[in-house]
Amino acid sequence: MTAKKDTLQRDPDGKLRHFLTVEGLDRGFLELIMDTADSFASVTEQTVKKVPLLRGKTIVNLFFETSTRTRTTFELAAKRLSADVLNVNIATSATTKGESLLDTIRNIEAMHVDMFVVRHAQSGAAHFIARHVAPHISVINAGDGRHAHPTQAMLDVYTIRKHKGDFHRLKVAIVGDILHSRVARSEIEALKTLGTQEIRVVGPRTLIPAEIQSLGVSVFHDLAEGLQGVDVVIMLRLQRERMNGAFIPSEHEYYASFGLTEARLERAAPDVMVMHPGPINRGVEIDSKVADGERSVILQQVSHGIAIRMAVMSMAMHHEGGGGAA
Amino acid sequence: MIEVPKVEDLLKTLEEALRLEIERRALENPVMIGIHSGGAWIAEVLHHRLEIKEPLGKLDISFYRDDFSRIGMHPKVQTSQLPFKVEGRPILLIDDVFYTGRTVRAALNEIFDYGRPAAVVLGVLLERNGREIPLRPDCRGGALTLPKGQRIKLMGPESLKLSMHTV
Repeated sequence: MTAKKDTLQRDPDGKLRHFLTVEGLDRGFLELIMDTADSFASVTEQTVKKVPLLRGKTIVNLFFETSTRTRTTFELAAKRLSADVLNVNIATSATTKGESLLDTIRNIEAMHVDMFVVRHAQSGAAHFIARHVAPHISVINAGDGRHAHPTQAMLDVYTIRKHKGDFHRLKVAIVGDILHSRVARSEIEALKTLGTQEIRVVGPRTLIPAEIQSLGVSVFHDLAEGLQGVDVVIMLRLQRERMNGAFIPSEHEYYASFGLTEARLERAAPDVMVMHPGPINRGVEIDSKVADGERSVILQQVSHGIAIRMAVMSMAMHHEGGGGAA
Repeated sequence: MIEVPKVEDLLKTLEEALRLEIERRALENPVMIGIHSGGAWIAEVLHHRLEIKEPLGKLDISFYRDDFSRIGMHPKVQTSQLPFKVEGRPILLIDDVFYTGRTVRAALNEIFDYGRPAAVVLGVLLERNGREIPLRPDCRGGALTLPKGQRIKLMGPESLKLSMHTV
């Protein structure tokens, strides 16, 4: 299974073809992505904040689901690499007129583009597109259903690495709506691959998938217990738009049990860092004092998102191959 | 058999040539930038010998190369570090071997993305044949003509040594 995924994501010499999931990528490769992101750090210090790496390439942001942060950071990352960016908002496009996904892809392909950045409400959509695109086009998964959000996971582990260095002695708690979260799934995979000592998921029974222990995480239904001694807390947004049943009694009650407050954070390690992939629901999963407090790295996550997306896009961009002069 | 020149001899000649060039063009407080990796090693020595006050700048020109669409991303790209304002300053740009000129083109493009320098002087340890674009060094430690397919590379950083190989 893993090998099959790898042949889709990586070409025979190990280079990135598509970036669809962190699953199946080894530790060295995740570190290479983060090292590459590091090397882009100096770009923001330039007067001209871009490098000509992807000049003449066209990247299409194909968003079948709304997003602000992910889409804009992908767009900015592409522009900092000097690529041309086309934003296609499918919610208002031909698919609503009955065009099939494959027809949409074929039509945009015919515009001589080089890369698709795809967000879709269906799990597996990015894989499906990657399997069907023309061979010179790369696909980056910007979130598919409940399945994966690999660039978010990478920017989160990158943020953790910046602050904590090594993963081996880290206890990380992922708190909240695990059930609907593609971010949680990708994060667990990335943290595991990087050798994190302990990964905890914390939330009400209704929002934690059954048998999640099989992923190698420990499960807590009590926030205070779950936060005991952790070095990193990753808060997740309550995804009301994906809930079509009674998962929680009310937002108010959810906050009373699982909202992250300064007082609750006392149980964690003194130098704990607080993360959130955004957008945050203040007073639902996190208190403003924590979100804006000195232990919060939420805004750094956004900046790191640009560097990680620059890294992934430049690594996955198709090249003609055949070696050549160094 | 082509004799491989000694790095120290080349360094001495280059240092002297740079001193003369700084004097001739009356460059005030120049800063120095070395191109990763061989150029940066050479620049470290020259930076010390020429007593440049400001810290040494280092460029990794990987993001500015003209062969990305052919060979893709280079692994292990270093962060470029220019710990000074480029705007309005005279710059001594240092590389190890001047060959096609493409590296220098990339380096100039990168430097100009940081600001508009007052002047750029190019100093190289060794100039070899094979120039492909109309750029050439202002100062050099030496010159060498190599047959097609022969490469010369600076090894380091502990003890700097030129080494010849065939591609």
